[in-house]
Amino acid sequence: MNEWLITALLIAIKLGLIFGVVLFIAAYLVLAERKILARMQLRHGPNRVGPFGMIQPMADLIKMLTKEDVCPTGADKYLFLFAPGLAALTALMAFAVIPFGPTIEIFGQQMPLVVCDLNIGALYFLGLSSLAVYGVALGGWASNSKYALLASIRGLAQLISYELSMGLAIVPVIMAAKSFSLTEIVMAQESMPFAIYHPVAFLIFFISITAESKRIPFDLPEAENELVAGFHTEYSGMRFGLFFVGEYINMIVLGSMTTIFFLGGWHGPLLPPVVWFLIKVLGVAFVFIWIRGTMPRFRYDQLMHFGWKIMMPLALLNVVISGGIMVWLNGG
Amino acid sequence: MARNFWRDIKGTFEPFWVTLRYLFTKPVTIQYPEEKRTPFPRYRARIVLTRDPDGGERCVACYLCSAACPVDCISMQAAEGEGGRRYATWFRINFARCIFCGLCAEACPTKAIQMSADYEICNRDPLNLVYEKEDLLIDDGGNDQDYNFYRHTGIGVVNPRGGNEDENEPEDVKSLLP
Repeated sequence: MNEWLITALLIAIKLGLIFGVVLFIAAYLVLAERKILARMQLRHGPNRVGPFGMIQPMADLIKMLTKEDVCPTGADKYLFLFAPGLAALTALMAFAVIPFGPTIEIFGQQMPLVVCDLNIGALYFLGLSSLAVYGVALGGWASNSKYALLASIRGLAQLISYELSMGLAIVPVIMAAKSFSLTEIVMAQESMPFAIYHPVAFLIFFISITAESKRIPFDLPEAENELVAGFHTEYSGMRFGLFFVGEYINMIVLGSMTTIFFLGGWHGPLLPPVVWFLIKVLGVAFVFIWIRGTMPRFRYDQLMHFGWKIMMPLALLNVVISGGIMVWLNGG
Repeated sequence: MARNFWRDIKGTFEPFWVTLRYLFTKPVTIQYPEEKRTPFPRYRARIVLTRDPDGGERCVACYLCSAACPVDCISMQAAEGEGGRRYATWFRINFARCIFCGLCAEACPTKAIQMSADYEICNRDPLNLVYEKEDLLIDDGGNDQDYNFYRHTGIGVVNPRGGNEDENEPEDVKSLLP
């Protein structure tokens, strides 16, 4: 009985901790993005709320919560109210399979630093990233606004086309690790991260997740200068906040996935594993922000051209070639 | 084709270096309430009424500034003191209308109305932007400290007629003129 209670308590603490840390990082990622972007444009960025603007996320949260929650006339009410939750939920749920450290021992209990070590973790992640499309699609469609609708159509097309190359890019990784479990994929990279063995796959994966996170240069679903604010044009208050936070949680999830698949997960010298994992995730997030500060936006036809005529064939070719090399090296 | 390819690759990756370099340079923003930029000497902001070196008002209420003003924001009432010295009983500039063009200062024959560099006059209530004479008058000569209109001309206010340094004696109109 006592044993069981400690296990339940530990799981509860772990869940609460992950939830809190993820939301905390997401909130401060917004601030970090604004700050870094500002500095890249020789501005200061938010620096009024608290020292160096460090309490800005709290101020934003209060603003979001106290704003009016508008539901436009003619909108499909239930879907309209439901879509932002879907966007945030799918992003959060992907965290369930992310291992951020090796198994540790607390109170004589084995404690894996992952919420649920699914043996099909990679597929679970791919499935959830497909589900995330619904937040965009339903939100845009239910708004009954032409801009939101256009944006959600673009979003749908973009996410579906880039998901393919993203899925294909992790095939060599799964072949090399011989497992769908994310923990085992990280274990397989103990000596060398997969980014070095599979640079092309890494590149394809990285470009695809940039498209998946709907960020510049792939931010067509929310192209401000064409579509007002994209699929969340009609949203206000905390519902917009949920879309926004979902986007940043998604950024952390995708950063974690890059870390797990290609950058060696929690493996690293000297520092504790969890710290290494965090450094790598934030590093990927920084590169995202850096790209946003540097690149212009694709045109829609360029996006489709790039996705289907370059990324897809390249990813397929990469699967064949790395598979062939693996077979040849292992003497199969 | 090949040349364009390499040019495009370069064009894709060179901006990253630029943004990274800018990330570590100092922002150019002036943090306004804490830091203030020094205005240029001839900056045109709040209008002032200056005084001559003796401390008297320079304004002679000639209405030239009011006539020159393209937005009609200057109004006054002229009066005559002892010795024929003209002055404004009241002088009013509505800064809510003023466009800070400086035409009034150009038009002024006595250098009384001048542009100052004080640009911090914003206000929540437009009525507070209507400046009266006592708000406009300063105890200073402004751009030309030594200038005194009545030392050069004017009808016997400082010196008797024709008594100024660069002034001739008045002609005796009753004499036989050449």
